[in-house]
Amino acid sequence: MSEPQAYEKPQPVIDPGTKPFWDAAREHRLSIPRCRACGKHHFYPRELCPHCHSDDLEWTDASGKGEIYSYTIARKPAGPVFAADVPYVIAMIALDEGPRMLTNIITKDVEQVRIGDRVTVRFDDVTPELTLPKFTLDKD
Amino acid sequence: MAREAVIVGVGDVPLKDGKVVGGGSVLQVQARAAKAALDDARIPMRDVDGLLVAGMWGVPGPGQLASVTLGEYLGIHPRFADTTNIGGSAFEAHVAHAAMAIEKGYCDVALIVYGSVQKSERSRALGGRPSILTMQFENVWGIPQPVGGYALAARRHMHEFGTTEEQLAEIAVATRKWASLNPAATMRDPITIDDVMNSTKVSDPLKLLDCCLVTDGAGAIVMTTADNARAHGAKMTHIRGYGEAHTHWSIGAMPDLARLTAAEMSSQRAFQMAGVSHDAIDLVECYDSFTITVLMTLEALGFCKRGEGGQFVMNQRTAPGGAFPLNTNGGGLSYCHPGMYGIFLLVEAVRQLRGEAGDRQVKKVDTALVHGTGGTLSSGATVILANS
Repeated sequence: MSEPQAYEKPQPVIDPGTKPFWDAAREHRLSIPRCRACGKHHFYPRELCPHCHSDDLEWTDASGKGEIYSYTIARKPAGPVFAADVPYVIAMIALDEGPRMLTNIITKDVEQVRIGDRVTVRFDDVTPELTLPKFTLDKD
Repeated sequence: MAREAVIVGVGDVPLKDGKVVGGGSVLQVQARAAKAALDDARIPMRDVDGLLVAGMWGVPGPGQLASVTLGEYLGIHPRFADTTNIGGSAFEAHVAHAAMAIEKGYCDVALIVYGSVQKSERSRALGGRPSILTMQFENVWGIPQPVGGYALAARRHMHEFGTTEEQLAEIAVATRKWASLNPAATMRDPITIDDVMNSTKVSDPLKLLDCCLVTDGAGAIVMTTADNARAHGAKMTHIRGYGEAHTHWSIGAMPDLARLTAAEMSSQRAFQMAGVSHDAIDLVECYDSFTITVLMTLEALGFCKRGEGGQFVMNQRTAPGGAFPLNTNGGGLSYCHPGMYGIFLLVEAVRQLRGEAGDRQVKKVDTALVHGTGGTLSSGATVILANS
């Protein structure tokens, strides 16, 4: 019997301010803060709304839909632990709720990725404790 | 009479193949650069009472206390210290902070120092920082840092404005031409647009020759009052205006990926303070971590309109003999890039203003604009320097 291969890529050092996001991801929900004062969402999670600076915030489940605001295809890995993945796509998604988030686009053909492509979240359970919200192309 | 702060000394250390000649620790190379700048200013080390330091070095543990460590090493007891670290633009901000401190009488002689031996120590990696705090949401995705963030900006700029990879390549080619005139530059062999286009892909759309070098290096600036400069018989460079700003740290939090907001903010303030128009600027030294950095900076500084940076740099406009001399030492792209490059922008601008730039000397430089960018297009600091 072989041991399951260890996940050697960087893992977030989760803190009290970010735990709700990572807990939700483990339940396959994309949870981001929304400000009750100005109504705007933000990402990553903060203690004060970065738009109006209110502390009246709540966690809300986002739709998991959005579009590609920008992207890059990594031809060189971010260190040896990513070497096997090259080429891979890092994209900045504009979520339909407004905030942008950095993520990976999971696709068989990295060359077809374009700005403006519609995307949907796909949860990748990389360890029993950690789930990474990645995205797929709706056109795939 | 009011005290006026001026730059009186610049210094650096010799490099060969991107490494400090004779080797040395990060403290040794900073001491050498500091001595060179003080010798240039004809001011002794014992007169230094202001120390401004930013770096990537430090004894690990709580706090880095860079100025305290370096002050001890240099054998001085500063009464003004500034360890503002906003990335590679820190040194342009230091000039502003030192000017304010000197003009207020808080210190009389300020020394700004940077050094790195990252190439000799092979300490540079693309892997980036630990995934704590804000970095939880950046490097888990394997974004090569810092190039990946700049690549995202470049891709967005191309999307919004039709900027091309060939236009970005123009900058790399022009900068290399300047480097070929600088005996201290690491990369001096001419390159073509095709060479840039065919260089190794790193993080699309950026390729190897769109990226700055990884080298050692150390530089220093000495500032004092105009009266003190005259008393020492030092050459004076006047500081006409300055400004600084920062907008984000995580690339995911950059307000607009196709717009260098920090540089817009810092340069508007600097121009206003200097009371000069863009036409008065004879020379620009701007941070070139990547070709896209330069293109976005030129737009943000107002030398061309937003979105027109690609057109602006075409036909080798920024090369020797071109209409817009830029990064005349060969820049971070071809001269040196020891992690935080901003101090070398200042060193080169002062040498050009003094007419000491040798084969690469630009004719009639009376006013120069220096602009540093730090982090991932995060911070900007602008200084406008003049001979009078």
